[in-house]
Amino acid sequence: MKIYVLVKEVPDTYGDRKLDLETGLADRAAGDVVLDEITERALEVALTFADKNEGTEVVALSMSPESSTASVRRSLAIGAGSAVHVVDEQLRGADLGLTAATLAAAIRRGEPDLVITGNLSTDGSGGVIPAMLAEHLGFAQATALSAVEISADGVSGTRAADAGAQQVSASFPAVISITEALPDARFPNFKGIMAAKKKPLEVLSLADLGVSADPAEAPHTIMTTVSEKPPRAAGVKITDEGDAAAQLVEFLAQNRLV
Amino acid sequence: MAGANGGYPENSILVVADLGPDGEILTSTAGLIGAAAAIGSPVALLVGGLPAAAKAASAMGAEVVLTAPGDAGSLTVPSVDALQAAYERVRPDAVLLSNSIAGRDIAGRFAVRAKLALSVDAIGVSRDEEGVVAHHSVYGGAYLTQSAPTFGAPVITVRIGAIDARADAATEVIEELAVTASGAVAATAGEIAAVEKTSSRPELRGAAKVVSGGRGLGSKEQFALVEQLADALGAAVGASRAAVDAGYIPYAHQVGQTGVSVSPQLYIALGISGAIQHRAGMQTAKTIVAINKDGEAPIFDVADFGIVGDVFTIVPQLIEAIEARKK
Repeated sequence: MKIYVLVKEVPDTYGDRKLDLETGLADRAAGDVVLDEITERALEVALTFADKNEGTEVVALSMSPESSTASVRRSLAIGAGSAVHVVDEQLRGADLGLTAATLAAAIRRGEPDLVITGNLSTDGSGGVIPAMLAEHLGFAQATALSAVEISADGVSGTRAADAGAQQVSASFPAVISITEALPDARFPNFKGIMAAKKKPLEVLSLADLGVSADPAEAPHTIMTTVSEKPPRAAGVKITDEGDAAAQLVEFLAQNRLV
Repeated sequence: MAGANGGYPENSILVVADLGPDGEILTSTAGLIGAAAAIGSPVALLVGGLPAAAKAASAMGAEVVLTAPGDAGSLTVPSVDALQAAYERVRPDAVLLSNSIAGRDIAGRFAVRAKLALSVDAIGVSRDEEGVVAHHSVYGGAYLTQSAPTFGAPVITVRIGAIDARADAATEVIEELAVTASGAVAATAGEIAAVEKTSSRPELRGAAKVVSGGRGLGSKEQFALVEQLADALGAAVGASRAAVDAGYIPYAHQVGQTGVSVSPQLYIALGISGAIQHRAGMQTAKTIVAINKDGEAPIFDVADFGIVGDVFTIVPQLIEAIEARKK
């Protein structure tokens, strides 16, 4: 079985994240970057299955700038067998539509049985890519899974959806997205890091994938304005001397909140 | 019907109504219709709703309500097929959906199928001379951005609870929509196990008031304090990731970057230090109150009213004072 896992490099949320106020693009130089934790968890789902099922091929797929090779290699160090890195200057500032079309083309090329993604990235937090991929690929889709069972011919699990949990199942080929309820990824050990250097890492361009970034071909979403929000003015801060609750109720009453 | 768009208003905005598992309309639909009414004429699509839900959509301001049969056993695809039919019939200036799990799934598939530009997690919409514009609050509220399609109608998911505007009730115009199944492969969906309701507390997503607890509560038993204050205020219960990881409360209550994003009128953080991941999910709240014994906690940087003190002393007094005001 072949499993593709989408992995993504994101600005580290423990640091300051910045948008370039001229272009609206993420300022990748502003802070540290990391492999998004939710995508590491997605990788763990695939590796847990691969541990028990010989012959499972786990491919990490990332669409990101050339500078994120180290993050793609990290997915190899954690345990993916190979990686595909889509790099193209024309993808700078790609909207969701172009991102989904590009990833779908890369997946189609690999012909996997199953695609696993995180449910929401920590930077864009769009949460729509899995559904977009399913539509592009003609795959069944099962999103927001908090438990996953992979069998020889399909995938099932618990979908932690808006109205409550439900069991869902899909035959292959399928796209699933997983939530944070699933286990954290294993840590790359020394052996994994050394092995990662020898694992195949294929770099593809839009031309390799036959995808057009031509803005006339399909509508794109563009950012028309970007501004930094003034930081929230710190309000009243008091130290409790026995009457803090009373003062708070007074504050809430003045603001018609009680 | 006459006209290039089948007789629907020129400036129609198609809204996909939020329905509960029983087919009843969810209150979040009113925010979507309110947003649509501010930029055009709201047309609501209900997939698998009860007759009462269609009437409710009119009362919420939908000038036309389109109804389509759903298929609860098939995930997402039936709704996308219905949306495609509705889109072709109405030819709207924009399509609005909730930025819920279901809304995002429908929006994502539909945008690909209809080859339309997609904007997600809007906190508002407006119109300029070129069309509909979506407003966003990104990186945990640190930046405000606007997005628009290069051409065509945008598909926009709207953050639940972010829109205060409500439309006036409209005359009931309810039409059945004929839907041709696309045949796209769908996952099979089982019964939805209703989220256990231990009280009449509102849902976290979209709640007007939220009381959240963090690791400062110390134990699962003591976390009950958060629930007691929430009940006194008629608020939903939230939690930091630390409290969820410590097992005080299930993941569904997690507020933050990787949990639920909330934009309530009032957010009260109890024993929450305010890691950036948590602030990302709540700092668009209108009023923020924080109580924490650590005066250096970052939550105080965003609080309109901060109290440095012991939650176990202050909160019971607070509940008492709130109850006293009700009498």
